[in-house]
Amino acid sequence: MSESISSGPVGPESPGTAVSGGASLPANLEAVHPSVPALRARFDDAILGHELVAGDEHIVYVDPARNFEILQWLKDDPDHRYTYLSDVTAVDYGGGRPLQVVYQLFSIPHRRHLRIKAELSLDALEIESVVPLWQSANWLEREVWDMFGVTFRNHPDPRRILMPEGYEEGHPLRKDFPLRGRFTRAEQTRRALSQDPEDYYVPSELAGGREPQLVPWQEFAGGRRPMSTTHDSTPTPHDPSARETGEG
Amino acid sequence: MPKQTLELDVSRTPEMGADFRPARGLLAPTDLPEPTLDSENMLINIGPQHPATHGVLRLLLELDGETVVRCVPHIGYLHSSFEKLGEYRDWNQVVPLTDRMDYLAPLIYNCAYAMAVEKMMGIEVTERCRVVRVICMELDRIFSHLLWLGTWAIDVGAFTPFLYSFQEREKVYSLHEAYTGARITTSATRIGGMMADIPVGWDQGVRDFANGVVKTLDEIEFLLSTNGIHLGRTQGVGIISGEDALNYGFSGPNLRASGVPYDVRKDRPYYDYESYDFDIPIGEHGDCYDRYMVRIEEMRQSARLLHQALDRLPEGPINVQDPRVILPSKTDLMNDMESMIHHFKLVMEGVKAPAGESYMAVEGSKGELGMYVVSDGGSKPVRWRIRPPSFVNLSVIPKLVEGGMLADVIMVNASLDIVLGEIDR
Repeated sequence: MSESISSGPVGPESPGTAVSGGASLPANLEAVHPSVPALRARFDDAILGHELVAGDEHIVYVDPARNFEILQWLKDDPDHRYTYLSDVTAVDYGGGRPLQVVYQLFSIPHRRHLRIKAELSLDALEIESVVPLWQSANWLEREVWDMFGVTFRNHPDPRRILMPEGYEEGHPLRKDFPLRGRFTRAEQTRRALSQDPEDYYVPSELAGGREPQLVPWQEFAGGRRPMSTTHDSTPTPHDPSARETGEG
Repeated sequence: MPKQTLELDVSRTPEMGADFRPARGLLAPTDLPEPTLDSENMLINIGPQHPATHGVLRLLLELDGETVVRCVPHIGYLHSSFEKLGEYRDWNQVVPLTDRMDYLAPLIYNCAYAMAVEKMMGIEVTERCRVVRVICMELDRIFSHLLWLGTWAIDVGAFTPFLYSFQEREKVYSLHEAYTGARITTSATRIGGMMADIPVGWDQGVRDFANGVVKTLDEIEFLLSTNGIHLGRTQGVGIISGEDALNYGFSGPNLRASGVPYDVRKDRPYYDYESYDFDIPIGEHGDCYDRYMVRIEEMRQSARLLHQALDRLPEGPINVQDPRVILPSKTDLMNDMESMIHHFKLVMEGVKAPAGESYMAVEGSKGELGMYVVSDGGSKPVRWRIRPPSFVNLSVIPKLVEGGMLADVIMVNASLDIVLGEIDR
């Protein structure tokens, strides 16, 4: 059934329905989007569900343990070719419900949009990174880690991105995170003032070869990173005392 | 042996050693042996307070001579947590947050957000509203590109185009002000329509602007497009292939400059864009110059679109006649109990969206602007996510500048057309 639909150059979302949310639902939901039955046929038990929302948006729920191979297949299979990863984000519904990692895919050759979701329980927030497939996932996954605390395995640069490196209040977009943060305003001010921006990205962190030598994020979870011990003790021109004499 | 990197401020002179020689200028004797130079890489910090970073972007560059070995961008200095704030506001109260993200094209963000929520709720806006929103979005596309053009010219060393383009921008500010009362933070849309119908004569103002901006573009192009300095600094700089551009998530003019004809207006049309007559400019080399040419041509196409939209602007109501989302008129409110109740409910509780979600992508001035909204049936979003085009575009900058020259970093950064308010959100 999917062949008859995918034969045309334009996908099933005809332009006219692009903004009509209240379109009547077809009898066989999955037949409308060729990728959905194909995914079921290929990955069977790793496809946990399918949903049609807002008229023409298809969501496929996948097994978080197999997200990489499913996305790789979607990207490389000539019938699907989701070469463009628009977005990676997450949704926390709160109340202890599983957190959803959301991939927005778009196939430019077939003009099809597909949303892949993987549900992670709050005590196992870990999923395979898709940076090897799409470089665009690099910063997007860093943001999901920063905002939701989802660990991406094999991410090449697993650092916070919007919040400062030493931010210790948690992951702001989680529902259990209070709007004003976990610390009191006084504590936040104290920490902000006691921070020396020169503590981060010092030459010793960047000097050793091509790859940045970064402190793994797990170390941030426990306590404040000690200022003096993370960088090697060899005096560099960055050393404050050296800097003062240099300016004189 | 660990490699040591020397950090130097741009303005600081190197320390003088015992055998330090003054800079070897033209008059220096040539028969002296070349001094053994240290091969250490230099670390240079640009920003976050630097005019050429177009905001509070911080770039950490590792240089080997003048060649960029590595570039590490740092963002987040302007982080305002808009997405979190949105979860504490009702659906209409989110609108003012959207224009504060990209203050260079506020109306596009207003419209994109309203479209996403309307799509989720299954609301079909009126015909007039669709056309007005198209006008708003195309107007702000020119508005945003003009700022890019002015700052781009400044970065390349030309000052006059900056004045020309900002003179045109001033007219858009006035149009914003005439319509919404605000020059930058427009907050023009509401769920189900606009804050108001366009004022009398506004359409003529837009038409005059669309006519005038094309002439200004001609003048600016005369100054830049064949200018030797401009060509030298932009052609062959910051090249990215179409395949890489797609893989790295480029969108908008940046992607099209690399030869990939992906434009949301054509590929996932909304608001009858398929019925407008306009072309998508495509670059060939994927360098800074092509990104410049694509944006210039996009402004001309947007001016065409403005004329077409104004020609077809239909009469009729601007807002949907749906008491669930739009406030009743004051006359009804005072005379009719039903309207009174609707008014009270809307003001006190806000618009209620049924449980569901929607991802609405529009072609923003910077690229694919996606608004992803999730509702659980309440009057506030569970999640409101912006797919930020500048954010993804900026993440490519290490690939573009590494291996190039330090001076090219400025041009590459200017060619990406970033806005930090939306990157940091």
